[in-house]
Amino acid sequence: MWRYIFRRLLFLIPVLIGVSILIFAIIHLAPGDPAETLLGPSATAQDLEELREQLGLNESLTVQYFTFLINSLKGDFGRSIRTNNPVLEELLDRFEPSLLLAVCSMTLAIVVGLPLGVLAALRQNTWLDTFCNLTALLGFSIPGFWLGLMLMLLFSIMFPILPSSGYGSWEQLIMPAVVLGTNTMAVIARMTRSSMLEVVRQDYVRTAKAKGLNSRLILTRHILTNVLIPVVTVAGLNFGHMLGGVVITETVFSIPGIGRLIIDAIRFKDYPVVQGGILFFAFCLSLVNLGVDLLYALLDPRIKAQYRAS
Amino acid sequence: MTADTVSTKNLKSTNKEKRQSRIGEIWRRIKVNKGAVGGLLVILLLTGMAVFAPYLSPYGPNKMNAGPRLASPSLKHPLGTDSFGRDQLSRIIYGARISLYVGFIAVGIGAVFGGFIGAVVGYYGGKIDNILMRLMDVLLAVPQIILSIAIVGALGANLTNLMIAVGVSQIPRYARIVRASALSVRGQEFVEAARAIGASDLRIILENILPNCMAPIIVQSTLGVASAILSAAALSFLGLGIQPPTAEWGSMLSLGRQYMRNAPHLTFYPGLAIAIVVLALNLFGDGLRDALDPKLRQ
Repeated sequence: MWRYIFRRLLFLIPVLIGVSILIFAIIHLAPGDPAETLLGPSATAQDLEELREQLGLNESLTVQYFTFLINSLKGDFGRSIRTNNPVLEELLDRFEPSLLLAVCSMTLAIVVGLPLGVLAALRQNTWLDTFCNLTALLGFSIPGFWLGLMLMLLFSIMFPILPSSGYGSWEQLIMPAVVLGTNTMAVIARMTRSSMLEVVRQDYVRTAKAKGLNSRLILTRHILTNVLIPVVTVAGLNFGHMLGGVVITETVFSIPGIGRLIIDAIRFKDYPVVQGGILFFAFCLSLVNLGVDLLYALLDPRIKAQYRAS
Repeated sequence: MTADTVSTKNLKSTNKEKRQSRIGEIWRRIKVNKGAVGGLLVILLLTGMAVFAPYLSPYGPNKMNAGPRLASPSLKHPLGTDSFGRDQLSRIIYGARISLYVGFIAVGIGAVFGGFIGAVVGYYGGKIDNILMRLMDVLLAVPQIILSIAIVGALGANLTNLMIAVGVSQIPRYARIVRASALSVRGQEFVEAARAIGASDLRIILENILPNCMAPIIVQSTLGVASAILSAAALSFLGLGIQPPTAEWGSMLSLGRQYMRNAPHLTFYPGLAIAIVVLALNLFGDGLRDALDPKLRQ
């Protein structure tokens, strides 16, 4: 098992190097000179030259990339052009709000989505099923930024019971978590429903019923354990989507997280922060994917045996 | 007329009949799905709205002071006016043009490049498969919208770059899906037969592999247009997509946001428009998938 984890962690390295090349290429092929953007139109040629020298912009692209790569392996992502703080420090400062937001949203999505899907499948073709399907479909289609604004309109302006933006108290986290969690909730509900419908028709469920097991035990021990595997897969796959949503939700609700940092950095052409931020997101996403694969082993003894063998 | 040409002709006509009956069968299966039919109707209606925007909209999309500023919905301005006194209904009608256009072109970019990559690597396998799929893994390692944000941020915010950004971030999806189908098709006899009569690899990929991967591509494209429209609107909302004064739903939302207290209609309707389009596309896409999925076919 540990060997499997170690091997998977090793596989992360080429992917992350790939991401770093991709992001570096996208950013450096862009038109526009960061030195000019930074100093404004009134800057003299000498000022520009000095800044370019200081930022290493005069080196060739290959040299710039390898400097960046070697430094980032040492944990040094450079300094923000805007604030002159180390990028890593900025990222770590902003990590907590993003992490908290993501964890709350995912929890909410699971807590609402899973029972919704189970109920829909148990009462297939009733009004409850239709209701769950509709909720899931709406949750899937409503743009997060609009949902955020509508919640704000409802709960901060028309009935002022929740703060409209900011970060720090749990009240401020409610609306962002709902906004970010809605899409994943819908995905989980849909997957749970279809997976349930498949599992309840399996022979082992019929056997369990035939031997007179009570229905609660059948649901928890025989059905749900098997339903969870595809559900965990889609929840994990959706995590990338959720990280994207973090960027938008943080902007809508003015939460000082990594998503907002990246957006601000892009507006100011603060390349080191953009690079570091996206690399950080890619790293998180890869770790979550690994976590999901390990969760399979926990849920399914067959998969655990497979990991052990490999 | 020789016997040979007669039989080819017959073959062609039976092929055509087969194709028609297949489309007919798919349509019959979609028809019973109320959601899918409703979705398709809404899509057609919105497309009509986009095409005939100049005839349908009561005012020009950028006509300032068409009415009082920030006016609530009224008979004269059914969806109210914005901070420049522009008629919101007209802007939403014109906005459908941009959203659908961006959605379809972006998916076109993703499906054509992704589909071709998927078909090539699925057909050849081996080294090229390894290299290109690792490249796709790299693209997939960055959340889609963040990749789009980075591309637009680097290239500059305008319509073309927005379509490129959203399209490129969709490539890996199609590549994966088509590769999976191509893998299952490439060992089949008709591919072998094509190779035996000396067809080139390119011809086999275009004429044998790709047509047999069409079902998943079509389903993914329908759902993909929905997600592309959402991404494009999100980028415009963040100020990284379509720039004012062009009427686009995402950027209308971002402008309306500043007047949420006094003029909530400015944030309500553009978002509703996005939600309706996306919902319709998702409904139709789901129905299409069920209709094309061989597992459900009886």
